[in-house]
Amino acid sequence: MATTTLTPAATTYQTGLYAWLTTTDHKKIGIMYLINSFVFFFIAGIMALGVRTELAQPGLQFFTDLQYNELFSMHATFMIFVFIIPILAGFANYVVPLQIGAPDMAFPRINALSFWMLPLAGIILLLGFVTGGTAAAGWTSYPPLSEDRPLAAIGAGQDLWIVGLVLIGTSSILGAINFLVTIFKMRAPGMTLFRMPILVWTVLVTSVLVLMATPVITSALIMLFIDRNYGGSFFDPRVGGDPILYQNIFWFYSHPAVYVMILPAMGMISEILPVFSRKPLFGYKAFIFATAGIGALGFSVWAHHMFTTGAVYLPFFSLMTFLIAVPTGVKMFNWIFTLWRGKLSLNPPLLFALGFLSMFLIGGIDGAFSASVPVDFALHDTYWVVAHLHYVLFGGSVFGVMAGFYFYFPKMTGRMLNETVGKLQFVVMFIGFNLTFFPMHELGLAGMPRRIADYSSTAGWNDLNLLATIGGFTIAASMALFLWNVFVSLRSGAIAGDDPWEGNTLEWATTSPPPPYNFDHLPEIRSERPLFDVRHGRTAAH
Amino acid sequence: MTADSHALVTAEHTPIAGLSHDRRGGISNPVLGMLLFITSEVMFFGGLFAAYFSVRANAATWPPEEFHGTLQIFPLVGPATVLLILSSFTCQFAVWGIRRDDRTAFLRSMTVTVILGITFLLMQGTDYTALGSEGLTLSSGTFGTTYYTLTGFHGAHVFGGVIMLSVVLYRGMAGQFSARHHDAVEGASLYWHFVDVVWILLFSLLYLLPGR
Repeated sequence: MATTTLTPAATTYQTGLYAWLTTTDHKKIGIMYLINSFVFFFIAGIMALGVRTELAQPGLQFFTDLQYNELFSMHATFMIFVFIIPILAGFANYVVPLQIGAPDMAFPRINALSFWMLPLAGIILLLGFVTGGTAAAGWTSYPPLSEDRPLAAIGAGQDLWIVGLVLIGTSSILGAINFLVTIFKMRAPGMTLFRMPILVWTVLVTSVLVLMATPVITSALIMLFIDRNYGGSFFDPRVGGDPILYQNIFWFYSHPAVYVMILPAMGMISEILPVFSRKPLFGYKAFIFATAGIGALGFSVWAHHMFTTGAVYLPFFSLMTFLIAVPTGVKMFNWIFTLWRGKLSLNPPLLFALGFLSMFLIGGIDGAFSASVPVDFALHDTYWVVAHLHYVLFGGSVFGVMAGFYFYFPKMTGRMLNETVGKLQFVVMFIGFNLTFFPMHELGLAGMPRRIADYSSTAGWNDLNLLATIGGFTIAASMALFLWNVFVSLRSGAIAGDDPWEGNTLEWATTSPPPPYNFDHLPEIRSERPLFDVRHGRTAAH
Repeated sequence: MTADSHALVTAEHTPIAGLSHDRRGGISNPVLGMLLFITSEVMFFGGLFAAYFSVRANAATWPPEEFHGTLQIFPLVGPATVLLILSSFTCQFAVWGIRRDDRTAFLRSMTVTVILGITFLLMQGTDYTALGSEGLTLSSGTFGTTYYTLTGFHGAHVFGGVIMLSVVLYRGMAGQFSARHHDAVEGASLYWHFVDVVWILLFSLLYLLPGR
């Protein structure tokens, strides 16, 4: 197969759409991951606008209670499982083999399989809308809500949700195996583990988390499916089952999954900050150990989502949760001291990275508040939690994704994204994000519960809700700018050249976009910044 | 599946691809991939086992009164267990055979392994029918639910293993394996051993551990 691609006949045979649909090239697959994820990002974003529109004023204006439940359940499901996790896997797919100087992933065809499960799963999830109602028990789908068809929801939506999530989980597991084998076995000569770029390290830790945690939620989903369809009784207390069991198994996956959603974004930030402040990453090894520490601690904090069940040992899970702040703080230190006295160039990638730093910091501090048991008892299931998770997942992950997109777009397409529009997008997105989610802190403290379609007009939540809705549409406007920028730049963006940012790592040592086999020759690798060494004509002692 | 990934990685595109990327020594890519896959399978069964222990600990009596003595080691489950353990040995004989390039021994042992695997599945099916006629079904409380879920998912993995081994056998008969090139055999046999170990744990848990 491989040799035939060199013949002219093969090139004419594999053109256009057919080449993309059948490709096993990690770069094309990575780009398809990005496109697929962004499509579902916009679908889930429209659902979020639906939620915000309904909440703008008290009373039910646009949706029924059930439709509202479907909207927020599917918004979270799509954002988490079909957008954030896959898009980070997409960046990793594109960048990791390039950064370690490999010609492709270890198992290219399994890589294609991992990708193609995702659009299929997204469609299966969407099918709920045309088969009598989607899953409506929240993205967590706790039984008994998810077993007794909440609010008389009919149809197969919850079962489709389970099937879709098992598919996505399988895709993630196969992807994680692929990344781990690629990273362990396919590194270029000279690239020792401690000369790997930070992004590769974060993908390594993320893959371990996926490998160890995702199968566990698969087991919970299958038990839920058996309960719903075959008269099983895992989670039904009437016949000896235990609904708390589901929560335990679910969060044993879903808390590590939080780090699956943030670590690769942290990795991209850690590639961007050194390049745009023209300094090496401060504390390279400390960062690696902090990443590994977050990964390890991530498995021992799941029950902090279940403090109010009364069924978990509070001191242990509270302490472990506070401990996570230590490696995260180490990373903050790494990033800030990378910027300190650096020669900053405020291009869109750095702006979005700074957005990540500041917003993720707020989200992280929110998290430390909620780790305290008495505080959590007061804030559990209020809008405070909604604010916290959006500061981490939007303020963190989505800003990270945007930073990575502006950073790698020139490599992927050979063209630059428009810088002015990028800066404008950042400003609008930053303002819109804070308008939407900062008031939710106040709403949560004022007692507004999450997952409600209506609220009393005398509760004092009217103004802040309206403000959040205005913020939501501001975010939508920033996304319109983003789409416009992508479309215009794809046609007429400035030509990027091989290394528009003066990068440090190997992906910038090849053409933009790179050839199918990635590299004609590799520079000597003596440090974690081989291109820096080449530019400065030094053989780094490291 | 596993054989071609070598061809792609070391394709003759470029001097870089010609470098020894997947020849760093030690474990080969497909075998490492299989070990990682087995790790994920361990976690999957870990979830199911955790659920089993949880509902078992919550129950007033285990097994429940009406199913006291329903699960019997003889006539089917005990012998089936012996056959499955035997198949792990024959599978390993097949691996040792191909490692020393003895294709006859490899094919012979692999054939026996596949037959033993199919026999186990048939015996499990027969046992299911017998248990069903005694009233133990997936919907008869937590006892039935956990029993059929655990053994059923194990059975599904045996089925997957049989398919994997059959592909290996077919490719072996086509002469695709040698002492130097037999990653698929190593991978499939690792998976088969894993399935065997899961059954030993399940058997101990469901049939040997005293009730309460």
